[in-house]
Amino acid sequence: MDVLERIGEQVKSNPVVIYMKGTPQFPQCGFSMRASAALQECGIPFAYVNVLQDPEIFENLPRYADWPTFPQIYIDGELVGGCDITLELHAGGQLKSMMEEAAAKHA
Amino acid sequence: MNRKARIEEALKDAFDPMHLEVVDESHMHSVPAGAESHFKVLLVSESFADKTLVARHRLLNRTLSPELEGGLHALALHTWTPEEWFAKGGKVPESPPCQGGSKAG
Repeated sequence: MDVLERIGEQVKSNPVVIYMKGTPQFPQCGFSMRASAALQECGIPFAYVNVLQDPEIFENLPRYADWPTFPQIYIDGELVGGCDITLELHAGGQLKSMMEEAAAKHA
Repeated sequence: MNRKARIEEALKDAFDPMHLEVVDESHMHSVPAGAESHFKVLLVSESFADKTLVARHRLLNRTLSPELEGGLHALALHTWTPEEWFAKGGKVPESPPCQGGSKAG
């Protein structure tokens, strides 16, 4: 499977997935830290991919969705955005409902 | 011209901003002095009115792609219409502290 297919499989098979530097427990970038903390605060399970441990995804994810930076957050197969947008959605209360809807679809 | 000035010029040309703040936050991260690697942008423009946040950020990323390909590593983006910005009280959020990953790429 080529790397773009692998990414496509990850974002479609998981209701919510974050591509981040490090892990939610040990983030290695402040933006990844804040975005994964916002997802955790919503209380809905989510998948994560540590891009520092997967050079192929690190190199190719930016061209998957025309987004040059990390983290990247996908809900129900769609790019939601990076850290700033995720925090904005969390502050406005939409993030949790988006995650809930995606989780219900995949249940 | 340093990177901050180049970013300001490119964004002014592309978005006709009502308000623009570009902050070099590289000193907050594990990069050498003068790295010009981490920036925060607050851009308030009427041209965002019919665009989602993802679409706005993509436009900025595209406008700044020469910088992103030339050593600009992190870009915090706060993109508002004038109405949205006034509703938020005209402030710009604080960027997060470094967690060390800048060295990795």
